[in-house]
Amino acid sequence: MINVTFVSADGTRRSVEIDEGLSAREAALFNSVPGIDGDCGGVCACATCHVHVDQAWMDRVGPPEEGGMESDLIQFAEGTTETSRLACQIPMVPELDGLVLHLPELQH
Amino acid sequence: MATAANEDRVHYDSVESIPLEAINVANPYLFQNDTVGEYFTRLRREDPVHYCAASRFGPYWSVTKFNDIMAVDTNHKVFSSEAKLGGISVQDMHSVEGALELEMFIAMDQPKHDQQRKAVSPVVAPSNLLLLEPIIRERAGAILDSLPVGEEIDWVKLVSVELTTMTLATIFDFPWDERAKLTRWSDVTTASPETGIVESFEQRREELIQCAMYFKGLWEERIDKPGGNDLISMMAHSPATRDMPFLEFLGNLLLLIVGGNDTTRNSISGGVLALNQNPGEYQKLRDNPALVSSMIPEIIRWQTPLTHMRRTALEDAEIGGKQIRKGDKVVMWYLSGNRDETVIDRADQFIIDRENPRHHLSFGFGIHRCMGNRLAELQLRIIWEEILKRFRFVEVVGEPERLLSNLVRGITRLPVKLHAH
Ligand code: HEM
Ligand code: FES
Repeated sequence: MINVTFVSADGTRRSVEIDEGLSAREAALFNSVPGIDGDCGGVCACATCHVHVDQAWMDRVGPPEEGGMESDLIQFAEGTTETSRLACQIPMVPELDGLVLHLPELQH
Repeated sequence: MATAANEDRVHYDSVESIPLEAINVANPYLFQNDTVGEYFTRLRREDPVHYCAASRFGPYWSVTKFNDIMAVDTNHKVFSSEAKLGGISVQDMHSVEGALELEMFIAMDQPKHDQQRKAVSPVVAPSNLLLLEPIIRERAGAILDSLPVGEEIDWVKLVSVELTTMTLATIFDFPWDERAKLTRWSDVTTASPETGIVESFEQRREELIQCAMYFKGLWEERIDKPGGNDLISMMAHSPATRDMPFLEFLGNLLLLIVGGNDTTRNSISGGVLALNQNPGEYQKLRDNPALVSSMIPEIIRWQTPLTHMRRTALEDAEIGGKQIRKGDKVVMWYLSGNRDETVIDRADQFIIDRENPRHHLSFGFGIHRCMGNRLAELQLRIIWEEILKRFRFVEVVGEPERLLSNLVRGITRLPVKLHAH
């Protein structure tokens, strides 16, 4: 199990456990953490799973691949920054145990 | 053209008896008489990526299953939306002498699509829209309060059209008494002389120029006024859109108007029809009005206000095992994918409390995914909350009439009787 902490726009912190191999999107949805919609089912097609990766974790998570679908899509999400990622594209691997993700107020 | 129309009317006893290669699901009559669903069921089963070699729209591929549609919609580098290649519907967009060419990013590829969408997208971001909610709610209430209870009325004319025009006028802060202009311009934007909406391309051009002048006036009034949550003020104030060339600004503005007009209107009508056809679901809703939030995406799936989007292949490609050639026309039938039982549980049933109700194709997916999807849901949610407060039953009392169109899945008349609580 991998541990992930989601920080809501209002500052609420929720720590959840998720099986290795699933994604940060599932970590939120399967544990009823509000703030991620994930309309497309996690196949990188909707950008409603936008999160901000905590600065301290950015070097391990990394930016979206340049020129890939995630970069193409994420530019249309609201309030993106250099730490923006789509949660369905962050696979839960052991190096990310303890990951902290910040949620936007609403998904567009 | 006459022969094409006759071809469309050829009659078979049953869908099963038609030779596969003779199936042409783009025939607009199949949508008007609402029988196209049987054709899609057969194609999903027997030939999910189907080639129609001859139709009045030319040869085209039909993609009918959810996952194949998703694969095309998310492969924008191969499947183009470009207007000059034919654009986004099975009917080619063609340049017509004398027509005003409006540039809209829905029919553009990268990189121009991305620049324009990025500039306009914040005006329909959910956080901005919440500011408009109280006004939309109050105006929706006033329209509903003006309706006669217990008499037969046409829900489309008195409610769906009125509510949609009202919400458009609200999000643009459009002069209230002139709001019918918005609906007219929306109709004119997508009109060609065959539709009867305009008599000629010259007339269309004239009207759109009037529209442009009108919006220019609003823009100039608002550009120096601080604040303003309406879409025109936001576009006039935002650094990304402030200096847009005027025709580009107009194209984007009209895209926002057109995008939200027929689609929202038919979702309002389609919802009433679906609840009447499924009385058990209507009862669930009365018992628990909080279900409105999961019912709205289900109504949008069920109605599928835009039946399809089209792409043009920029190179050879494969879809569902079929070989697509460069230049081929590829039609993604959202209406069919939304009934694909291999992806959506009990896809042929209208169920207002689904677990993942937004997992449908009505808004498309990928970089062209409907930019107004949260706005559409917000409007419909407010409207339904206000309907439920006032009426125990919006009863359909006659046959619905449907639009002759293979793109807009429209209800043109819906006789209802209202019952108060
Ligand atoms: C239930 C209502 C609506 C439905 C079913 C709908 C459906 C769609 C569809 C199918 C697309 C194309 C998706 C694709 O090619 O993958 C689209 C694009 C678009 N829609 Fe909507 N729409 C709705 C409401 C609205 C509203 C209210 C607006 C107003 C803001 C709007 C604005 C747009 C825009 C600007 C695009 C172009 C996006 C792009 O090309 O990047 N739509 N819509
Ligand atoms: S869930 Fe749709 S892009 Fe992540």
